[in-house]
Amino acid sequence: MIVDPLTPVLSETWDAERSWTLETYTDAGGYRGLEKALTMAPDDVIAAVKDSGLRGRGGAGFPTGMKWGFIPQDDEGAGAKPHYLVVNADESEPGTCKDIPLMMAAPHTLVEGVIISSYAIRASTAFIYVRGEVLHVLRRLQRAVQEAYLAGHLGADIHGSGYSLDVIVHAGAGAYICGEETALLDSLEGRRGQPRLRPPFPAVAGLYASPTVINNVESIASVPMILERGPDWFSAMGTEKSKGFTLYSLSGHVERPGQYEAPLGITLRQLLDLAGGVRAGHRLKFWTPGGSSTPILTDEHLDVPLDYEGISAAGSMLGTKALQIFDETTSVVRTTLRWVEFYKHESCGKCTPCREGSWWMVQVLRRLEAGQGTAEDIDLLLDMSANMAGRSFCALADGTSACVDSAIEYFRDEFVAGMTTPAWELFPYAASALHAPADTVGASR
Amino acid sequence: MTVTSAGGAGTEVEKRDDLVTLTIDDVEISVPKETLVIRAAELIGVQIPRFCDHPLLDPVGACRQCLVEVPDAGNGRPMPKPQASCTLTVAPGMVVRTQASSPVADKAQQGIMEFLLVNHPLDCPVCDKGGECPLQNQAMSNGRGESRFLETKRTFAKPINISAQVLLDRERCVLCARCTRFSDQIAGDPFIAMIDRGALQQVGVYEHQPFESYFSGNTIQICPVGALTSAGYRFRARPFDLVSTPSVAEHDACGAAIRVDHRRGRVMRRLSADDPEVNEEWISDKDRFAFTYARQDDRITHPLVRDPGTGELQPTSWPAAFAAAATALTRAAGQDGGGVGVLTGGRLTREDSYAYSKFARVVLGTNNIDFRARRHSAEEAQFLASHVAGSGLGVTYADLERARTVVLAGLDPEEEAATIFLRLRKAVRKNGQRVFAVASHTSRGLAKLSATVLPTAPGGEAAALSALGDDGEVALDSGGILMVGERLATTPGAYTAALALAARTGARLAWVPRRAGDRGAVDAGCLPGLLPAGRTVSDASARADLAAAWGVPALPSTPGLDTDAMLGAAAAGQLGALVVAGVDPVDLPDPAGARAALAKVPFLVSMEIRASEVTERADVVLPVAPAVEKSGTFVDWEGRPRVFEQVLSGGHALPDVRVLAGIAEAMTHLSRGLGFRTVEQARAEFAEVWFWDGARAHAPAVDAVEGPIPGTGEFVLDTWKLLIDDGRMLDGEPYLLGTARPATVRLSAATLHRLGVVEGDQVTLRTQVGSVTLPAETADIPDSVAWAPEHSAGVRLRSSLGAGAGDLVTVSAAGGASAPGSAGRQGGQA
Ligand SMILES: Cc1cc2nc3c(=O)[nH]c(=O)nc-3n(C[C@H](O)[C@H](O)[C@H](O)COP(=O)(O)O)c2cc1C
Ligand code: SF4
Ligand code: SF4
Ligand code: FES
Repeated sequence: MIVDPLTPVLSETWDAERSWTLETYTDAGGYRGLEKALTMAPDDVIAAVKDSGLRGRGGAGFPTGMKWGFIPQDDEGAGAKPHYLVVNADESEPGTCKDIPLMMAAPHTLVEGVIISSYAIRASTAFIYVRGEVLHVLRRLQRAVQEAYLAGHLGADIHGSGYSLDVIVHAGAGAYICGEETALLDSLEGRRGQPRLRPPFPAVAGLYASPTVINNVESIASVPMILERGPDWFSAMGTEKSKGFTLYSLSGHVERPGQYEAPLGITLRQLLDLAGGVRAGHRLKFWTPGGSSTPILTDEHLDVPLDYEGISAAGSMLGTKALQIFDETTSVVRTTLRWVEFYKHESCGKCTPCREGSWWMVQVLRRLEAGQGTAEDIDLLLDMSANMAGRSFCALADGTSACVDSAIEYFRDEFVAGMTTPAWELFPYAASALHAPADTVGASR
Repeated sequence: MTVTSAGGAGTEVEKRDDLVTLTIDDVEISVPKETLVIRAAELIGVQIPRFCDHPLLDPVGACRQCLVEVPDAGNGRPMPKPQASCTLTVAPGMVVRTQASSPVADKAQQGIMEFLLVNHPLDCPVCDKGGECPLQNQAMSNGRGESRFLETKRTFAKPINISAQVLLDRERCVLCARCTRFSDQIAGDPFIAMIDRGALQQVGVYEHQPFESYFSGNTIQICPVGALTSAGYRFRARPFDLVSTPSVAEHDACGAAIRVDHRRGRVMRRLSADDPEVNEEWISDKDRFAFTYARQDDRITHPLVRDPGTGELQPTSWPAAFAAAATALTRAAGQDGGGVGVLTGGRLTREDSYAYSKFARVVLGTNNIDFRARRHSAEEAQFLASHVAGSGLGVTYADLERARTVVLAGLDPEEEAATIFLRLRKAVRKNGQRVFAVASHTSRGLAKLSATVLPTAPGGEAAALSALGDDGEVALDSGGILMVGERLATTPGAYTAALALAARTGARLAWVPRRAGDRGAVDAGCLPGLLPAGRTVSDASARADLAAAWGVPALPSTPGLDTDAMLGAAAAGQLGALVVAGVDPVDLPDPAGARAALAKVPFLVSMEIRASEVTERADVVLPVAPAVEKSGTFVDWEGRPRVFEQVLSGGHALPDVRVLAGIAEAMTHLSRGLGFRTVEQARAEFAEVWFWDGARAHAPAVDAVEGPIPGTGEFVLDTWKLLIDDGRMLDGEPYLLGTARPATVRLSAATLHRLGVVEGDQVTLRTQVGSVTLPAETADIPDSVAWAPEHSAGVRLRSSLGAGAGDLVTVSAAGGASAPGSAGRQGGQA
C-alpha cells in the first residue's frame, strides 16, 4: 500500500474555485496566522520561525529565523534606519517553477506571510520583486494586495494593533541575475541589476543602505502556517536538519508535471510515482535536483532523500527543488549547451570569469554538439569550469560550472562522441520532444 | 607599517592599537585595520596582479584578477574559495597566500588572465598603451604563454567618441569600471556608465549628454588597457620613445604634479603624476591637454626692437635688444624720466617674480610693480602683505580633506582651482564634510560638492561674511576652513570681513588665487608696497635689511603704484616706460584704458612667449621661455613651493630671470647687474632673503560699502572665468575646447519669465559701453543678478561691457534681433 506522502499546505487551496481571491483564502482559514502574530511580540514571532526550523526556499537553504535575527534592532546606527522586507519573486532559474504558480493560485498566502514577517522584523514597508515577464501573476498579486488593504490587513494600524505596513509590488525587467539578492536590491533602487560587494550585508545595509531581509516567496509564504499551527507542527515534518514541507516542481519527461508539496526528505522515486512516472515507454537518464545550477544526478540517485543534507551528500544541491527529468532520448551535450547558453545570456557581465567563461564555453559546446570537438575540448571545459567556479563575483557562474562538470562527470562518453558525431545523430532531437511518438527517429534538429 | 620577517627576531612594532598583524606568503606584517590585502601585500613587495583595483576608487572586485588563497581567515578556518584581495580587508591572524606561494592562487590568476585575453583584440602593435599596458605586462607575468582560444573574438565598431577628447575602443576594454567609477566617484560627472550585459557589457554614454567633464583625461590614464585614448595623442607616439620629466601644471594655483612626455623636442602628452600631498593622481583636462600653446606659429623667435625709421619691429640680437631696453629704461628711470612701471602678470615662477621685484627696486629704483592683471584693490594688497606674503605653508590639501566645514567666498573651485575641487569632493563624499559658498548661485561644481549656497549678489560678500559669524547652521569653528578667492578684491571690506570671521570663529583662512605664479609673486614682493618675504616698503628696517642683502645702499621708500595707477599714469603721459611680462589687456580691469596706456607710454618693453596686444605696441620685445622650456618654482595656494625642471632645451627663448639680468648688465651705471643670471642662482638668492622676522603689514581695515542697487531693468553682473575658456593657453587644442561648457547667461526663473524667454533663447547684456548676447540658462540666482562667463565663446565681457562683477547691466530678450552666428554656443558681441 502506498501511503500518500503529500502534505498540501501552501497548495491546499490551489484547486479551489477562484482560489486567488481573498474570500476563498479567508474561508479556508487564511489570515488567522496574522491575527495570532499581531498578539505576539515581534521577537516572539522571530523565535517561532527559528524554532520551526524553516530554511530559505530560494536555493541556499539559510535558516529564515536566523536571517531575521541579524537585523539590528537598536535605536542607533543601522538599527535606527527603516527596516525593509524584500520578497524575491524573480524566479528565473531554468526548471524552477513554484513561486509563480503559488502567486498565481494563492497570492494571499504570500501577502499574509509578508505582513507577519514585516511585523517580526519591524519593517513598515515591504517590497515584492516579481519577475517582469509574468504579467498575469503581477495582476493577481496587485489585486491581492489591494484586497488586503481594503480588508484592513495592510495600511495604517492593522486591525487596531498599532502596526502599519505598506506593500509595494515591483515588476523587474526580466534578468536572471536580478534574483541574486543584492542585484535585486540594485534593480529595485532603479539601477542596473548587478550584484553588490559584501560586506556590508543586506541585513545591515541593504535596500537604500538600510537593514533589509530578503526572502524567497515560498519561505515567506510558509510563515502564516507556522504561526497558525505552531513551530512544532512544522518541524514535525521533514528530516532532522531539513524541517517542514516544501514545493517540488517536476518538469520534463514526466507523465504529470507540476508542483508536488511534500515533506523534505521525500525521494525522487516517490515523487515520480506520484507524477505517474517517467514519460511512458522511456526511462530516467538524468535529472536536476534544484534547477540547472545544481549538478545533475542520474538514476543511481532515485532514492536519495530530497533534503539539504541528502542531496549534498550525493554531490549536488537541493537548490529550488526544481526536478527536471530527462529520459534516455536526451543528449547531455545538447542539454548542457542550452543551459550554458542561458548562463551566457544572463551573465551580468560584471566579472571576468562568468562573462568571458560562459561566452567561450558556449563556443566549445557548440563545436561538441556538432561533432567537431577537439581532443582537448573536454579538459578545456573542465579547466574553464574550474577557473570559474568559486572565482566569480556571485554564484551565477558556479551554476554554469556545476552543470558542465556534472554532465562530464556522468556522461563523459557523450562529450567524447562530440569529437566525431553530432549530438543530433546520436540523439535525434525530435525524440526528446515531450509529445513525440515513441518511435520517432531521424536526424532533424 | 612595519614588516617583520617570519623567522626573524621580529622588529619592534610601534604599538598602535589600530594595527592588525597577518601573514602573507609566510611574512608577518602589521598594517592599519581596514587595509586591503592587496595593499598589505605590496608592503612586503608582492605585486598581486589587478585591473579594477585602484587605491583612490571604491573597490568593486569585478575583474577577479587579484585572487589569493586564504588558508586561515584569522579564525582558524580556511576560506573555501580564492578571495579577491582588492576587496578583502585584513584580519588579525589571517594567513594569505598569493601567487608567490600558492599554486591555487597562481592558477586562479592565470585562469582569469586567459579569460580576459579571450576577447581582447591583441592589437598591441597599434595600441597607444602598448609598452605601458597593465594587461600586456601582467599577461606576461601572470598569464600562460599560449592561447587555447580557437574561436572568433567578439567585435565592436571601433573606436567611438565618448567626448570630443576621449575615444573608446570597446574591443580592448576589460570592463574594469575604473573609468566609470572615476567619473562617478571622483569627478562627479557620471556621464559614462556600464550598459548591456554579459560579454556585450560595455562602457556607454548617454546619447544626448556627452562625456563633458573637466577631468575626463584621467580615465585615459587609469584605463588598464588601451581602450580609452585621447584624440590629441592617439597614434602619435610609443611610450618607449618618450622622455618623461616630472613637472608642475602651470594653469592654476593648485600646484598639480604632472609628467611631461616629449619626443625629439616636442611635448607629446602630459600625465598626472602621483603626489598624495597635492593632486593625488588626478589632474584637470586643462592641465593634461593644454600644452600646445607653447608651439603656436605666433611664438616670438627673436628679440625684436622697433626700428625708429620704419616703425616696424625688427629681429635683432639679444645683446642689441638688451642694450636698447637698458638705454631707454635708464633714461625713464632717471631724473625727469617719468619713472618706470612693471606689470608682471600672474604666470611667472617665483624665481622670475623675484627677478622682477629686485629689478624694479635695484635697477629701476621704483616700487611701481604689481602682479595683478585683474581687478584689485588696496585692501587686497594689504591683506596679501599681512596674511599671505612670506607666510610659507599654511592650510594644506590634507587640512582641507580633514576639515569639517569649508566656506568658499569669491571662489568657484571647479572652474578656478580644479585640484581643490577634487579634494573637497573627496572630503564631502568620504568624510561628510559640509561646504558652504558665499556665491550668487549653485554652479555645477558647487552642486557636485553638495554645497549650500549662501545667496549673495556680487558686492554683498563683505556683509555675507560678517553675517556668517552668527550663523548657527554653518557653525564655522576651528575645525573649519575659510577659502577666499581673488575675486573678493572687487568687494570693498570683503577681505576685512573674512579676516574678522576667521578670527572670531577660529576657522583657518586660505587665499586661493587663479594663476600659478600669483602666490610666488606675493612672496617675491611684486606689489607696490611689498618687498620679498613679507617685508614692507614702508618699514625702514625691512628696506635696510634687504638693501644689505642685495648689496645696495638703499631701496626706494616711496610706495609704488598699483596696476590701475600705473596704467592710469601711463595713459596720462606721466610714466616714462612700462615693462610688461605676460599681461593680456583683455584681463585687466579696464581693457580700453590699458590699451590707451600701452599706446601712450613713451617706451614699452614686453617679455612675451607669443605675439600679443602688448608686443604689437612694444618698443622692445624679448622672447621669454614658457614653463616647459625653463626650470622654476610655482608656489601653490597652500604656500608649497613646487620646483620643476626644464623639459625642452635648445629653444630660442630665455627665462625672464636671464632676460632681466641681461638688461641690468647692459646698464652702465650698475656695476653688478642683477646679481644673478640663472634660475638656480635666483632661487639660491631668494632662499637667502626668505628669512624675515621683522614687522609685517597691518591687516586691512576697510568698511563694507553697500553694493550697487539695481534700478528697474538693471541687474548686478556676476562673472568669472570658466576652466576651459578662450584663454590663450588653451590654443592649439581643438579637442579640449570641444569639452568647454557652453557660455550662457544665468538668470533666475522669474527673470526669464519676466523677459518672456525660455532657456536657450538669446538674451542681451548691455551697458553704455556695449552689449553681449548669449543663450539664457536658469539658475538659482537672485532675481537681481545676471551671471555670464568672462572669457568664453568669443565673449570678452570686460571689453564688451566695460563691466565686471558687481557692476550694473541691463538684460533684455535678444529675440529676432540677435545677430546670425550668435546662436547656440557661439556668443556674439556688439
Ligand atoms: C544567479 C542567482 C539567481 C537567483 N535567483 C533567485 C530567485 O529567482 N528567487 C529566489 O528566491 N532566490 C534567488 N537566488 C537566491 C537569492 O540570492 C537569495 O539567496 C534568496 O532570495 C534568499 O531567500 P531565502 O533565504 O528565503 O531562500 C538567486 C541567486 C543567484 C546567485
Ligand atoms: S558571476 Fe559575475 S558576471 Fe556572472 S552574474 Fe555574477 S557578478 Fe555577474
Ligand atoms: S574603458 Fe578602460 S577603464 Fe573603462 S572599463 Fe574599459 S578597461 Fe576599464
Ligand atoms: S583587482 Fe581585485 S577583482 Fe579586480
